[in-house]
Amino acid sequence: MPASSAPAPALPAEPPRRRLPRLPLPGLLGLAVILFWLATALFGPWLLSPEANAPGADEVFGRLGAAHPLGTDYLGRDILARLVLGAGYTVGVAIVATLLASAGGTALALLAAVRGGWADGTLSRLMDTLISIPSKLFALIMVAAFGSSVTLLALTAALIYVPGVFRIARSLAVNINAMDYVAVARSRGEGELYIMRHEILPNMLGPMLADLGLRFVYVVLLLAGLSFLGLGVQPPEADWGSLVRENLGGLPEGAPAVIVPALAIASLTIAVNLLIDNLPGRGER
Amino acid sequence: MSAAPPSSAPAQAAPGQGAAVAVRGLRIAAKGASGEHTIVHGLDFDIAPGEVLALIGESGSGKTTTALALMGYARQGCRIVGGSVRIGDIDVLGLDAAAQRRLRGRTVAYIAQSAAASFNPSRTLMDQVVEPALIHRLMSRDEAERRAVALFRELALPRPDSIGQRYPHQVSGGQLQRLMAAMALISDPALVILDEPTTALDVTTQIEVLRAFRRVVRERGTSAVYVTHDLAVVAQMADRILVLRHGAARELGDTRQIIEAPADDYTRSLLAAAHPAPRAGGPAADATATPLLSVRGLAAGYGPRGADGMPAVPILADIDLTVRRGQAIGVIGESGSGKTTLARVVAGLVAPARGEVLLDGALLPPTLARRSKDQLRRIQIVFQIADTALNPAHTVERILARPLQLYHGLSGAALQARIARLLDLVQLPSAVAGRLPGGLSGGQKQRINLARALAAEPDLILADEVTSALDTVVGAAVLDLMAELRRELGLSYLFISHDLNTVRAVCDEVVVLYAGRKVESVPRERAGVAEGMATGSAARHPYFDLLARSVPELRLGWLDETAAREAQQPAGARAAGCCVFLDRCPVRLAGVCDSLPPPRRSLPGGGEILCHRAEVPAARA
Repeated sequence: MPASSAPAPALPAEPPRRRLPRLPLPGLLGLAVILFWLATALFGPWLLSPEANAPGADEVFGRLGAAHPLGTDYLGRDILARLVLGAGYTVGVAIVATLLASAGGTALALLAAVRGGWADGTLSRLMDTLISIPSKLFALIMVAAFGSSVTLLALTAALIYVPGVFRIARSLAVNINAMDYVAVARSRGEGELYIMRHEILPNMLGPMLADLGLRFVYVVLLLAGLSFLGLGVQPPEADWGSLVRENLGGLPEGAPAVIVPALAIASLTIAVNLLIDNLPGRGER
Repeated sequence: MSAAPPSSAPAQAAPGQGAAVAVRGLRIAAKGASGEHTIVHGLDFDIAPGEVLALIGESGSGKTTTALALMGYARQGCRIVGGSVRIGDIDVLGLDAAAQRRLRGRTVAYIAQSAAASFNPSRTLMDQVVEPALIHRLMSRDEAERRAVALFRELALPRPDSIGQRYPHQVSGGQLQRLMAAMALISDPALVILDEPTTALDVTTQIEVLRAFRRVVRERGTSAVYVTHDLAVVAQMADRILVLRHGAARELGDTRQIIEAPADDYTRSLLAAAHPAPRAGGPAADATATPLLSVRGLAAGYGPRGADGMPAVPILADIDLTVRRGQAIGVIGESGSGKTTLARVVAGLVAPARGEVLLDGALLPPTLARRSKDQLRRIQIVFQIADTALNPAHTVERILARPLQLYHGLSGAALQARIARLLDLVQLPSAVAGRLPGGLSGGQKQRINLARALAAEPDLILADEVTSALDTVVGAAVLDLMAELRRELGLSYLFISHDLNTVRAVCDEVVVLYAGRKVESVPRERAGVAEGMATGSAARHPYFDLLARSVPELRLGWLDETAAREAQQPAGARAAGCCVFLDRCPVRLAGVCDSLPPPRRSLPGGGEILCHRAEVPAARA
């Protein structure tokens, strides 16, 4: 050790620089798009006239124009307005469901990995049981039992994706649980919660975030699928998935009504993945 | 790109003959965070046909990078930026990618450090050994197999005719390393690159592999480059040595000159680190006081317990051990001997199946959950690989702060001051506190690993191979530090290692484990190489004797002097509970060793031994 390396001043030697998340450009772009859609979902509806869901008098499957910037749908309604109203469902329900699924699955996986044995076996078999029920069928049962509502949709989508998250998180956590630093923490007398939260979780965050991005796409697709079956968001309300579905008739005409919501879904999912892939500390692993 | 038609191999040396290698002004750059920087700075060296040149240096000295460049290969993120490499008449760096591929495995062969990672587990060994010859279309499969069997024989592999039918997991690590040599030599390369081929092996295996390598290299007259950090190994293998540091040549000379009369300061420091000097211990332990740690009749293992309370995979059996206050006890044995399991049992990570562990005379509960916080604090474990022992997501400050908060309830300024003192104690600048382990060097990480254990203010530190992953010079510094801390803080160590030199340098007593049994314990003074059965000065267990003799010595001709161990046939029938070393023992007694459990006897002058032999010479005398 060169003794000249530092004159070792009194502590702290270096001002504790709180690392601001310095995002690379693609990450910033992703963040911007997500914030844009969030803002749209939150504040957009106030800027619209209350009759946005009522059938319009205008042309069906209209082109882009001054009156309707993004064209009109199969009932002549303004697509822009429909998109803004749908943003709440897609962004809200999909994000809530994804976060719930990821948080729940990860927490259960950590518990299974750290406690092992009996708890691990029970949780793993329970998840296997859940995964063996076809997701659409499961959603059908849920809707039949409790009736369709936005809360139920979010919970159902979360429940459907918990086992998948659990599987991935558990396999990561089991590997990390075998690391020496976890053994050191155990032999230091740390509790399970500390080991789960401080020793294991930070080291599996990267892959879990990547998984979150992927799950988000699945949830959006699942919600669209449910809407298609008439089990999702009920008309006249519509999430983006249902917008694509209900305007499918415009596809032969190349109507913007079908392309615009699809582009909106694409922009949101790409943005979520851009942001997650560029979060600080992800590149090194 | 090149004018030479490489497919016709113009410079392919005659089979079994090495080529001259000339390297001029070799420069290699690596891409870093701040653009490209040079990691090998203009090396010049030559290798005469049939000569073995050793590249020696610490990790990061560029020795592997240089060796790979001889094949025209640069690792991911690296680039050969200048200079020339000539093998025979071939200008390696002037060839295009396809021609370089034709060169590799044929004119230049590479033997990697970890054979286990280099073999495909799902194909037979023969399939893989003949592969280079088939890829380069040098010979038919039948001819290649005949040649492979001949090579197996040359390399002293057991059952050379049938070993090729096995899969990689069915042979030992030492055999795999020799099979990899066969794979490299099958195409009669003009130059062989051996990259730390024995570093991952136990010393008793290493000596056999070294002997096999040297014989084939000498007999074939192949030119070779031997990359290693171990000077004692180099002294046996190389004709000339090139000492590298930070990608630049420090010294190039004959092996004898480098070993006996090094001209460069850095070479001298490497040589000094290879001769570990005994570190002074603390004041002599009081033999009458209650021992700090005592282990009695311990058995442990992994897997579910059977009806008799023994685990499915027993590792340790019948271990007795005493550590007195201020003492350092070395535990030595080959991989799989149960050294690490012993440390884990003492630390409470593995519950013992039988026997007991006492701390200061008080029984320690078998599992962590039942140990008190104070009992946990007093025993700290330091793991071998600092990379996995330090949480990569925590800063150094946080790593050190946790035990201080947990055991001593420190916070605020007192905590900060204590962290700074700990960093000072392990001789690190306080600026590292804010860094993550990923930003530290191997030696620095190991110091943090040690500092975390010290933070608990323990009485006993279980040090599991703490210097094995480090370079010799860095490892020596860590050993010095540990010896110093022992004097200053009155710590006791249970020092686990596979390296007899290291253990001898720091420990008061050496305990030898073999197959989970304690076969011998000797005081430090009697753990020397020159003693033992051969001189008759003291009884020594045949395994310890083998171990001591297998540690390479830093002088020329050691490998030749050390007689090859005659291949021992495994003993036939045996009684349950007989000696565990029976199959490998060169001095076993038929009718005794295979039928009776060996007795445990105390030796005059301290120590114990578990062997029938120990009493036989005495009976004869």
